Order: sequence, then C-alpha cells, then structure tokens
Amino acid sequence: MNAFEASGLGKRYGSTWALRECTLAVPRDHVVALVGPNGAGKTTLLHSIVGLCQPATGQVTVLHGIPAGSPEALERVAFVAQNAPLHQHLTVAAMIELSCALNEGFDRSMAERRLRSLKIPFRRRVGRLSGGQQAQLALSLALGRRPDLLVLDEPLAPLDPLARHEFMSQVMEEVAERGLSIVFSSHVVSELKEVADYLVVLSEGRVQLSGEIDRLLAAHSSWSGSAAKVEAIQAVVPVVQVERADRYARLLVRAPAGEAPPGWDANPVTIEDLVLAYLRSPDIQVVTSPLALAGADPTKWPS
Amino acid sequence: MEDRTGPVSPITFRLDPSSGVPTYLQLVQEVERALQLGYLRQGDQLPRVKDVVGTLSINPNTVLKAYRHLEQKGLIGGRPGVGTFVIAEPKTVGLDELHVLERRLVTDWLPDAASAGLDDDGMAAVFMTALRTFRTRSERRAERSAQGRKATRPKGVA
Repeated sequence: MNAFEASGLGKRYGSTWALRECTLAVPRDHVVALVGPNGAGKTTLLHSIVGLCQPATGQVTVLHGIPAGSPEALERVAFVAQNAPLHQHLTVAAMIELSCALNEGFDRSMAERRLRSLKIPFRRRVGRLSGGQQAQLALSLALGRRPDLLVLDEPLAPLDPLARHEFMSQVMEEVAERGLSIVFSSHVVSELKEVADYLVVLSEGRVQLSGEIDRLLAAHSSWSGSAAKVEAIQAVVPVVQVERADRYARLLVRAPAGEAPPGWDANPVTIEDLVLAYLRSPDIQVVTSPLALAGADPTKWPS
Repeated sequence: MEDRTGPVSPITFRLDPSSGVPTYLQLVQEVERALQLGYLRQGDQLPRVKDVVGTLSINPNTVLKAYRHLEQKGLIGGRPGVGTFVIAEPKTVGLDELHVLERRLVTDWLPDAASAGLDDDGMAAVFMTALRTFRTRSERRAERSAQGRKATRPKGVA
C-alpha cells in the first residue's frame, strides 16, 4: 500500500519546470521528510499530492490508487499549508465551528481536547495567538478530520525551537496512536532526523533519492584513504561525493562500510552527510522505487 | 483498572543529541543503566510509546526498535494492550567479588603496565583491546560449540 505515488509528474510555471519526470512511490505508515533547496519543487509536489495543482504531465495517486484531488482523496487527505493560513479575525472557537461545518465527521472533541491540553484560549482571535499556537491550531484542525494522510508544507519554518518541539511531539503522538502517513517538507535536515523514517530528496524539480532512512544509511558509507586510488574505486562502486586533498581523499559511496577496499578507513554516514552529498551532486539520481533500493546492485548505478 | 493517563513507569527518557549514539541505542542504554542502578525492577512498566514520543518528539518506530532490542536481550516483555514490562534483571556482580577483581588489577597488572612505560590512556587502550579480543574469542568458541552440537545431534537421536 502506498501513501502516494507519482509517475512522470511534470509541472511548468511559464518556461520553468518546477517538477520534471518525477516518479516516486512512498509506502504507507511512514513519516516522510521531503528535503531539497528552495525552488527544488517541494511545494509543487505537495500541492500535487493534495490536489491543489493540476500537473502538466503524469499523474499522482494517494492512499493506494485514489486520484489526487478526487472527492475521496479530499476526504482522507489533510493539508497544512506554509505559514498555516487561518482566518485571522475569527476566534479559536469559531475556527472549530467552521471546521465542523465544512468537514463531515470532524472529530470535535478530539480537536478541543488537544487544544485545551496545549492551553490555547478558545475565545482569543487567531490573529492574536503566537506563531506556535497558530501552527498548533492548524495542526489540530487538520488532525480533527482524522486523515489517513497528513501533508505539511514547511511546518517548522516559522516556529521557535520550543514550539517546533511541541509541534512535532503532537504529530508523533498521533502517529503512535493512529498510525497515519505523514509527509512534510523541510530544508533543515538536522530537525527531521529524529522524526522522519523515510526520506525523499528533491533537487531541481527531480527526485534524487528516496527510501527508508535506516536502509539508506546502511547502503552508504564514508571511505577515506589514498587520493591516488580514487579513480580505481570509482570504476567499481558508485561514488556520490569526492573530497580530495593532496594525498588523501574522502568519498561518500553507495556501498556498505564493510565493502571498503583494504587500507581504507570506512565509517557510517549520518543523514546530514547523505543529504548534503546528494544535493551537492544534483546530477546523481538514484532509482526511486523502494523495491529497487532494497537489494541494490552497485554495478548498476550510474558512475 | 490502572489509571492510564498519568505516568506508568518509574523512569523517563532523556536524549543527548551531541553523543553521536543512535537514538534507539540511547534508549536501550538508559533502560539497562536504570536496571543496574535499581531504578527499574522486575515487574515495573516501561514508559508507553506514546508518552516517549510525546516528550522526546521522536518517531514511534525508534522507541519500538529500542524495546524490540531489549526484548531480544530477554530483559523486557510486552503484554498486548497493557504495556511493556521488565521481566528480568541483569546479572550483577556482588560488591565483595568486585573488590577482589579490582585488587588483582591494582596489585598485579597495573604495576606491570606502569613499569613498561604506559600512561593512563595507554593502559585504557590496552584494556579495551584485550576486552575486544576476549569477546571475539568467546563468540567464536560459542559458535564452534553450537556447530559441534548440530553435528553430533543425529548420533544422539539414533
């Protein structure tokens, strides 16, 4: 079962392709971090998943084959847009009323309980809440719809560290209790490593890397040794990044640490190492099917 | 029926983001330490997954991975629908025995190492290397005896 699936997805704004040939399948019940520099197409991809933008080419389905944006998809997918847009002049209580009126089956008691536990005053106008409280309100209203897929666009960007922690705690508690699929975009890798278990790296409108984080980390390692041997290694193993000094080189390779040649020092990589290495080499693309990632044959990767 | 809203466990977890130790392993080590120091005893409940992710803001799978690890070690067990509990306490060495072992290092090995010219770091390094060798050897021995058992089993059956 896939949380979402895109095939040959393309979207153009004027003469610029925001997304090109984007093919990707992400299984259900993951917390997916969508990472990439500004302008990589993260928001466009998220908008395609929730049905807010009509792709020029290809298609997107959610929750095992439901066309994105269809009435059934809209019922089961919730979206919190960047900066959590809410009606600033309404009170919190009125926002809850509005959500009840607009969404059949809205779990009012759950949303209210959540907001009460966060000590968010129901009679205050949304515009007078702090940034963190507004984000929590948007999240609570989205979760009140009991979605099977929750999509969050840069949810942490406007929040201070404490509010970030509280926001992600709420999301993680919901995952622990209900087991829904989450997709959220971010460009701060250090903040997602504790919460995400699935990574999608987007670069220049294309999917560069995707897979379960544990597997991706196990499939890559950092090798250091003599600079003279770099070419010989590159001929055998896919090398994502080369840092070369006079005699010494450090490689980020797509191979487990145990496969390092004799005389080379091999170390595990962190999620930050991995994302940075791929973003620095936007030409390197890895097959995006999660199955293809499982038993990767090193000889098949592009050199 | 117990109260399911308050804390159920005598311990809470805390993470050290700068330690470089993977998060699930930090949780494992904290439980083991709590068992050794007696903060956790047989029959005690471990924090619920939901409570851990709510306070630490981490993925529930990380907590599940840590609990699976502790379960494989035979220290904890899950009761479906109730929670996860300590089922065994790790073997601890008695104080007297510890004193004897420490004495042997102080009177015997350490003077030899010092007169050979090793400083504190050097001694620690030698000790850790020896420990690793010892572990590898005993693992190999265990493997060999497991293979030996397998090989002799048909005879025993017959």
